[in-house]
Amino acid sequence: MMSSGVILLPGLVAAVATAVPLAVVNWHSVLFLLFAAVACACAVAVVLADNVVRMAFYLVLSLASTAGLFFLAGAEFVGAMQLMIYVGGTLVLLVFGVMLTAQAPFVAIKTSAGDRVLAGMVGAALLAVLLQAAFRVESWRRPAMAAVAAPAATPIGMALLGVRVDEPAAGVPAAAVRSGYLLPFEIVSVHLLVVLVGAAYLARAKRRRTPRSIDVAASSVGPVVTAREAARSSASALVSGGGR
Amino acid sequence: MNTLATGLSFAATPLVAGLFDAPVGVAHYLVVGAILFTSGVVCMALKRNALGVLMGIELVLNGANVNFVAFSSPYLRGEGAASLGLDGQLIALFVILLAAAEAAVALAITLNFYNNHATVDIDRADDLKG
Amino acid sequence: MADLLINQLINVVNKLIGRVGLSWLLRVPELPDWLAWSVTAVVTAVLILNVIAGGALVFIWAERKIAARIQDRLGPTRTGGRFGWLQSLADGIKLLAKEDLMPEGADGMLFKLAPYVSFCASFCAFIALPFAFDFVGQRLNVGVFFVVAVLGLEVFGVILAGYASASKWSLFGAMREAAQVVSYEVPLGMCVVVPVMLSGSMDLVTIAEKQSGWISNWYLFHDPFTFVIFWVYVTCAVASVNRAPFDLAEAESELVAGFHTEYSGLRWSFFFMAEYGSMFLVSALAALLFLGGWNGPIPLATLLGLSEGTGDTANYFVRLIGCGNLILKSTLGVLLMMWVRWTLPRLRIDQVMTTCLKYCTPIAAAMFAGAMLWQLAFPGGVVRGLSRPAGEIREGWLEGPGGISAGRGLFEAKPRVVPNGSETPVGQKVNPTVESPVIVKVGS
Repeated sequence: MMSSGVILLPGLVAAVATAVPLAVVNWHSVLFLLFAAVACACAVAVVLADNVVRMAFYLVLSLASTAGLFFLAGAEFVGAMQLMIYVGGTLVLLVFGVMLTAQAPFVAIKTSAGDRVLAGMVGAALLAVLLQAAFRVESWRRPAMAAVAAPAATPIGMALLGVRVDEPAAGVPAAAVRSGYLLPFEIVSVHLLVVLVGAAYLARAKRRRTPRSIDVAASSVGPVVTAREAARSSASALVSGGGR
Repeated sequence: MNTLATGLSFAATPLVAGLFDAPVGVAHYLVVGAILFTSGVVCMALKRNALGVLMGIELVLNGANVNFVAFSSPYLRGEGAASLGLDGQLIALFVILLAAAEAAVALAITLNFYNNHATVDIDRADDLKG
Repeated sequence: MADLLINQLINVVNKLIGRVGLSWLLRVPELPDWLAWSVTAVVTAVLILNVIAGGALVFIWAERKIAARIQDRLGPTRTGGRFGWLQSLADGIKLLAKEDLMPEGADGMLFKLAPYVSFCASFCAFIALPFAFDFVGQRLNVGVFFVVAVLGLEVFGVILAGYASASKWSLFGAMREAAQVVSYEVPLGMCVVVPVMLSGSMDLVTIAEKQSGWISNWYLFHDPFTFVIFWVYVTCAVASVNRAPFDLAEAESELVAGFHTEYSGLRWSFFFMAEYGSMFLVSALAALLFLGGWNGPIPLATLLGLSEGTGDTANYFVRLIGCGNLILKSTLGVLLMMWVRWTLPRLRIDQVMTTCLKYCTPIAAAMFAGAMLWQLAFPGGVVRGLSRPAGEIREGWLEGPGGISAGRGLFEAKPRVVPNGSETPVGQKVNPTVESPVIVKVGS
């Protein structure tokens, strides 16, 4: 394994060096390849990993590199939003949930080999269909690279207020009435509020039993309840500040 | 070893050169989106940990987002091709927001399930089975 | 005669700066694109690294001295002479020589990676942080948003460290940190939005430029609401970088050392560099958003006739002065955090949450609404004569020796020609003496 790597590495370096005269290297492409490789490799690693905390870590890397891809595509606002809400908010929440539930037996729940093979086959078929679709259209493969990106933060903000100030996209008649996004924006904000209340209600602290009944239950029912109480006591120790 | 290196360089020349000096187009982004999407679907199907399934959903949504942003980007498209314009970025924004909401609710459900069943294995969530 | 001499001197300085500055690299026509880019990127990265690492050295020494003085001690006095100013270097060498330990049940990969995750987040946020008008790694249209977002990623390193250490202390520290950082991002975001609203841009360069002029133009003194929200920002910033009194994640009296209990040697020092880097970063952000950025309290450069656009040398000096201004303000912010740390006792976790949810968030929301209404009521400011009309404010890209304005944006294959959107176009202030090699007219 090691020796084959030693042999292959100079070969690969030589291949890249002869194939790519440095003078024509396009930095945009290089950065794209970097981010795309990290995003795809980490997405596959999420599937392959068994340990749930490592899965979360790979997911973080994958989504952060996707944010890099957004920056490269000129969508700076979406990229920053992805970093802030997705990576900084949602995933921290997810990791929080992982840690609350990461008792030793649940960290790695194995799936059977048959399931893995089946899922691999279905996944490969799906990927083949998607890739075939991606390479179908000629103009998707050959970009013009003529356009210069105008910063989109202000037009996005105006569109969320219901006013479109951006240039209509190529192929759309200039006179066409383009929709603002005020109503979806309001709906989403109300939706978020409802979700906030609902999630807080679902995850609220349940009625506590007295310590005596915990002891009785633990001794009578056995390991299941013990694990549950252990999780609960660790959570309450967290909330009440550990050493106090 | 030398022959191997030469052979490799000949085989890889057009492919590698094309990757490094050709401009990035929508198709490049679609490939990334497809891989993310497929990984997410497989992850959703395969993982027995409820939080693993949740991560699969995030990957799927993210793959779709990559496509939206690629189609809205002004300089990934061919000359004169129709583009999503700003709408693609706005849709991506809404997807991100709704994904955050979905994750919060799903996490609350998972924690509730964990409190009641002392496990996060979704194969054990068969209380309603007839 | 004297005039001639001085002009010659300025010529020489001008040429020297032309050599030392990096902009000549981008202007040499034979130089291939990729080489110019690589050199610029490497130099920028090394400069930012120096700010973080050198800053950490200075701040650790300052923290020791300040802590000592507050506790009526002397602090380091011997290493390196009178004030012990080499103490942190000695500490660094000691850390390098220490053994890197890993607990037996630890998750090896995550344990090793966690410090670098923290450090990378801190480092990446500096990319979009402008030190002066043109002294910025990559000017981003959504700069302030980017900096706040990337700063929030530092928590991942802490969480991973807490989990991977396989220690209860570490895990408790990590969980507290996760809860705290996610909660405090809400009021922090609200505070940051106010200057964005006042300046009408998320570009940090534009926000700072809008505050140029006298001290009354700083957003801190824009109206009473911004004055209040600045202090809310200070509270949230201290909480979001985990400094006392919000350092629950490493509460040494309860959790041994919290998330970095099991770390030692070089990996531990990476956590520390990340912490000091983030402290500097939130202070610099406060300076840019509320305290005028690189503009001093009085428009010194303008009074001396050195305003932007009078020529390359003048531009360069103005930016150097501005860079010094910003670093001074940020350092003051870091010193303030140290003062607070050694003065106030640590909060309990429920008090931390109460501070965020019951005080910071409602106050920030109310002040945000207030600042908005103030804008409606007094669009031009209250103090007449001190605030400038909006038309005078310079925006967009200026040609100059700063490097990036040479016209190459990172994310395009072609040179960037379109300035910051929705702002006034480039070149509003065209230099009247463009061709003249003598930049500063002295004595005339």
